[in-house]
Amino acid sequence: MRVQRLTIQNKDKEKKASGIDIELINPLLVRYKKKKGNLIPLLQGAQEIYGYIPEIVFRKIAKDTGHKLSAMYGVATFYAQFRFEPVGKHIVKVCQGTACHVQNAKSITTALEETLKIKEGNTSKDKLFTLESVACLGCCSLAPVMMIGDKTHGKLSGKSASKIIRQIKRTEKKKIS
Amino acid sequence: MITKKQYIIENLLKKPNNDFSKDEYIHKIKRKNVDKPVIFIGTGTCGLGAGAGKTYIAVKEYITKNKIEADIIKTGCIGLCSSEPILDIQLPNYNRISFEKATKDKVKQILNSIFFNKIPDNNFVLCQFENNNSEKIKWENVPNINEIPFFKPQQRIVLKNCGIVDPVSIEEYIASGGYTGYLEMIRTKNNSEVCEIVEQSGLRGRGGGGFLTGKKWKFALGTPAKQKYLICNADEGDPGAFMDRAVIEGDPHRLIEGMAIAAFAIGATKSYVYIRAEYPLAIKRLDIAIADAKNYGLIGKNIYNSNINFEIKVKTGAGAFVCGEETALINSIEGKRGMPRPRPPFPAVSGLFGKPTIINNVETLSNLPFIIKEGEEIFSKIGTKKSKGTKVFALSGKIEKTGLVEIPMGTTVREVIFDIAGGIPNNKKFKAVQIGGPSGGCITEVNLEIPIEYESLIEVGAMMGSGGLVVMDEDNCMVDVAKFFMNFIQRESCGKCIPCREGTRRMLEILEDITHKPLHNNQHEALRRFKGVTQLEKLGKIIKETSLCGLGQTAPNPVLSTIKWFRNEYEEHVFERKCSANVCTELRVFSIDVNKCTGCTICAKKCPTNAILGSRRKPHFIINDNCIACGTCEEVCKFDAIIIK
Repeated sequence: MRVQRLTIQNKDKEKKASGIDIELINPLLVRYKKKKGNLIPLLQGAQEIYGYIPEIVFRKIAKDTGHKLSAMYGVATFYAQFRFEPVGKHIVKVCQGTACHVQNAKSITTALEETLKIKEGNTSKDKLFTLESVACLGCCSLAPVMMIGDKTHGKLSGKSASKIIRQIKRTEKKKIS
Repeated sequence: MITKKQYIIENLLKKPNNDFSKDEYIHKIKRKNVDKPVIFIGTGTCGLGAGAGKTYIAVKEYITKNKIEADIIKTGCIGLCSSEPILDIQLPNYNRISFEKATKDKVKQILNSIFFNKIPDNNFVLCQFENNNSEKIKWENVPNINEIPFFKPQQRIVLKNCGIVDPVSIEEYIASGGYTGYLEMIRTKNNSEVCEIVEQSGLRGRGGGGFLTGKKWKFALGTPAKQKYLICNADEGDPGAFMDRAVIEGDPHRLIEGMAIAAFAIGATKSYVYIRAEYPLAIKRLDIAIADAKNYGLIGKNIYNSNINFEIKVKTGAGAFVCGEETALINSIEGKRGMPRPRPPFPAVSGLFGKPTIINNVETLSNLPFIIKEGEEIFSKIGTKKSKGTKVFALSGKIEKTGLVEIPMGTTVREVIFDIAGGIPNNKKFKAVQIGGPSGGCITEVNLEIPIEYESLIEVGAMMGSGGLVVMDEDNCMVDVAKFFMNFIQRESCGKCIPCREGTRRMLEILEDITHKPLHNNQHEALRRFKGVTQLEKLGKIIKETSLCGLGQTAPNPVLSTIKWFRNEYEEHVFERKCSANVCTELRVFSIDVNKCTGCTICAKKCPTNAILGSRRKPHFIINDNCIACGTCEEVCKFDAIIIK
């Protein structure tokens, strides 16, 4: 079900908001302020800038556009795309569509969970990967499929999926050193 | 010297009734013949997933290294996704030839021989594109594209250019006859005439419902309003369908022309394309195509002095399946939650921002340029009595050749699965084909001969839907498939109306009940489970009758259809507690082979529920009441001593 019950926010989480440049959203606000149906593009834009929607940005959008906070929260939680928590650098979306399901997509998720040592929906400790499931990526002919960033990887097995992840990890390490 | 753009605008677009079949300049753009080699690489999302990006780099390296002057063109997907990456080469005076599975390591071998006018001696060759131009040299022993079983029965209207032309080149689209039909139409016809043509053609909505497109338009045309809207529904959420993505990636201008025609017919000046965020490449190519069309004056104000204004905006979806429903989509564009509205009022009367709005699917719109250019009669000759034209199907699952096929309506399911797509791989037995995604149903062996059209599919409990065909073999469990769809629908239900919100959840629970292992398996439990199955049918009926929108009204279909055709599998799960396809892993029964067990104790240590007992160096045994059938013991046993039934 897409309608979600409100959960009581953890006080610690609100404090994390420091270190976010709230000014980055201004050009977007100027562009969309007076347009009809501007809420979703604004939230999408904010997520593109910050990787997720930080609470202070959320409140700023509400203040500047005149949308009610409750209505905004309703919209933001309705759509699967919006996140309120920071995510890893690479978002790994494992397709769980019909074609992938009959080709055993579950084993891909299990293998990745083991490689990354996280559960589905979470972010790895090194903040490099977030593991997600997605309904269908539209690459059914290459099932099972996963998407990392904008790149699609097809005809996977648990092993080959883990290999791709390890490869990205290595290149990231090289970049740092 | 005049530019390409000037030439096309002056000679093609501005002149009515222009016959340019003999125009040399246009032939050059169409690549009827080329003066230097052209290499085409299929770079749709499917091609890129199969490694087309690396092939592209390898080709580029090869031609720079060998100092060959050649053009490299990135095309969309031709439809044969299982053979990607596909690499085509057109040499001067030769027919275009196509190679399948051209991964980067094969590039050198293919190009080495092809540049010496030889065919590489291996089996990568797919086909050649025969041209009526007799001056060109044919490749020997290479089948023509129309002779290959995959392409032979197809009739490509929507996919005509996909995989053939450069999707981001508006010149190529116009040279192949695009936009001229549209311009001719706005010069000579009025709105109601166009509505009439489309109604007469018999075109029905390709997104699922199958309502006559022209008839729907007339409602909007007949509603007086200052502003009307056209929305293109590209929120292709059905798992298992990907034709909209392929059309937008492979031939975005066809969609834009189709939208322009539809907008003219209903008198709309503003339009939206609502597209899934999961399709980044399609969004990118659509943006480029819209900018090009604007540049050529085909979108914008006062198009070619006709006083007609038309603009397109792209809206990215935010990940909600229900937004494929018309009224939910409208809410989403308005910036609200994507929840459906009660109808009436229908969107054609009061839709986006309260104005008359027509929502058409990508495939429906992409049929329009053909209908307008060739005439409604030619279109209505294709297909069956009630279902006209062609339909694109996305083939996936346990099938030899996966990809997109466009077939005339009335083709049988058997032809599609066995003749076109080559049947089931690995000598497995065909079990069923799921058609229409979460709103559709299954077609089994007995119904393989039915022709594909809207009515006949509904008769057997399935539905055209958006056209995803997922083939299943004997290794798939139908109860599991039903559970998969129920899980999907339950998650995606918007929560507005009770039958869908609560009903789908209960249905899922019943299905989980019969696929999970109970701790105590007495007769009473079996009775409860059996009652569950009968309740499934009743619940399904109620949800169908009382839900608000199309999502809820069709949600029970996958379950009802699998119960109808595979009742024995449900009974097997309920009474015998077994899944013969071995998919429902929790129903497996584990035991230990006393002759093989060495008593190493590893299984007892790893068992999460302490269901394995035994002393060291002596055969162990499993207490079935405690076993949760996780399979860990089988994974860790080094002596193959675990028996699974």
